[in-house]
Amino acid sequence: MAGTGEDVSSETLGEPGTPLFIVRLAFNDPMPKHELILLKNMMQPGYTGSLADYEKTGGYQALRNTLGKIAPADVTAIVRKSGLRGRGGAGFPTGVKWGFLPKDYQGPRYLCCNADESEPGTFKDRQLMERDPHQVLEGIVLACYAIGSETAYIYIRGEMVLGSKILEQAIGEARVAGYIGKNVLGSGINVDVWVHRGAGAYICGEETALLESLEGKRGLPRIKPPFPATHGLYNKPTVVNNVETLANLPHIVNRGPEWFAAIGSPPKSTGTRVFCVSGHVKRPGNYEVPMGMTVRELVYEYAGGMRSDKPLKAFIPGGASAPFLTPAHLDVKLDFEHVAAAGSMLGSGGVTVMEEGTSMVWAALRLMEFFYHESCGKCSPCREGSSWLVQTMRRIFAKRGRMEDLETLLDLCKNIAGRTVCAFGDAEVAPIQSTLKHWRHEYVDLINEAEAANLIRPEPVARR
Amino acid sequence: MLKDKYGKEIEDILSRYPVTRSALIPLLYVAQRDQGYVTESAMQEIAHLLRLTPPQVYETITFYTMFNLKPVGKFHIQVCKSLMCALVGSDTVIEWIKTKLGIGPGESTADGLFSLSVVECLAACGTGPMMQINEDYYEQLTENKLDLILTDLRSTGTSPLKSGPFMWPEPVKT
Repeated sequence: MAGTGEDVSSETLGEPGTPLFIVRLAFNDPMPKHELILLKNMMQPGYTGSLADYEKTGGYQALRNTLGKIAPADVTAIVRKSGLRGRGGAGFPTGVKWGFLPKDYQGPRYLCCNADESEPGTFKDRQLMERDPHQVLEGIVLACYAIGSETAYIYIRGEMVLGSKILEQAIGEARVAGYIGKNVLGSGINVDVWVHRGAGAYICGEETALLESLEGKRGLPRIKPPFPATHGLYNKPTVVNNVETLANLPHIVNRGPEWFAAIGSPPKSTGTRVFCVSGHVKRPGNYEVPMGMTVRELVYEYAGGMRSDKPLKAFIPGGASAPFLTPAHLDVKLDFEHVAAAGSMLGSGGVTVMEEGTSMVWAALRLMEFFYHESCGKCSPCREGSSWLVQTMRRIFAKRGRMEDLETLLDLCKNIAGRTVCAFGDAEVAPIQSTLKHWRHEYVDLINEAEAANLIRPEPVARR
Repeated sequence: MLKDKYGKEIEDILSRYPVTRSALIPLLYVAQRDQGYVTESAMQEIAHLLRLTPPQVYETITFYTMFNLKPVGKFHIQVCKSLMCALVGSDTVIEWIKTKLGIGPGESTADGLFSLSVVECLAACGTGPMMQINEDYYEQLTENKLDLILTDLRSTGTSPLKSGPFMWPEPVKT
């Protein structure tokens, strides 16, 4: 059992001799039984995230030890060796992504930090940026150095006004201290970092839509190929990395790729993940744990179990785009491969838990309404299909459905997934397909009620 | 004219991008801050500044949900209704606001103080139900907390109950 506190040793929480803070959660259980990486600083009471605080914990040492001392290509090699994979959703190996940039290209290259965090169920980047902004900035400068970029844009979702102010302030501090700007730390390297606020479109978390939006256009995803690595921002070679991905970089550089690669579920899912637990649990929140932990342990030991002691009925392991799973999947390991093998995806790490008594048709409808609202409208299957899906779902949930609707839903899903420019099409069908697979009887019951009461008639078409 | 009033800020924004169109969204934010919504004349001025056609500005502004094309209340309440918040009671929060302020989604109070919108996920799923009022987040809402927030906003224009730098769960010293 986690929570006994006996397995918390001083090695895992701090250098011997330094004040030891055993991080515990509110309520009673002491935590954690493994080392925190990304949340370690901010978990220390009194830590403000200022430059001085960050430097005290060894901040910007990775940058000092890298600029001009390790060749950019070697930094990429270190990251590749660490096995770090993108934390935004797709899980693409970061070092490999960097390696796709053309080596001999003369001209500007760009780094974009994807801080659009809009996936329902996910709220980790917000914490990383607002509580420890310099950790993210150091990662950004390291990545810029590795890929040879002199300009980085942090594309932060528009609603996070506080986050953008905190980042702006941190960038100001870092500029004064010489970590950002011209001739960083006397190395001759120039790196400028700018915060760019989005304006409330979920799709702008998709990397090519993000680039379009950053160019001042509507956030419509681009057809790939060409990939951003060759034709990205302003048609220049560009890397787009998630906040959490970048925040890992200083630690990988400081402590070596072998250290990182040994954490979690090697060889393919290395490092920790900040899982965002939400829904019907006692202690929702961000928990950083090594990848490969079971859902059961995360939900019952870290998040305190179910809030009303009703049994768990369903959970989503990786944000709204990931298919629902059942209690039978509680022992699935939270790493890229195991979650995929269970028929879902690790995605952005947003774990949403639902208790017995929650209508799965209602839950799928809520998510479908989200996707309907957020479809960017570029591809017909998604634009029109999301409208049909949401109407059919509303009809079934309002007890106005008929049995053929279930076939219609599956048929629509089949014709959306994989037929759109971006992965949004695959994402929007996930809630419906997975709830139909595991809880088909709930749909059938609602339709039977409708048929018994002879209530079948279409609902009026709703506006987006 | 925005340029007369915010000349320096506009110059600073423009200096950040090698291609001027990138400044479109930041400039629209400047315009919205000025009037509470983006006026047609502001759109035209921005189009002129960035050498875009007015339709290019219009197609962009209408794509994004955070720009108001009409005046909204002094306090724009946006309640998240996505699944994660709905699981912990966001529909009840919307009902409370409807009862307390007498407005539904898309409406404003007669005194022009409050507008209500129901929106999709705002990345505060672990601390729901939640709402955003203008630039601030308010999380873990209860009916009592909501009352306090509305009273604070009416009397002082802000509320100490707004969220600071986000962290949940919070660390506790042993």
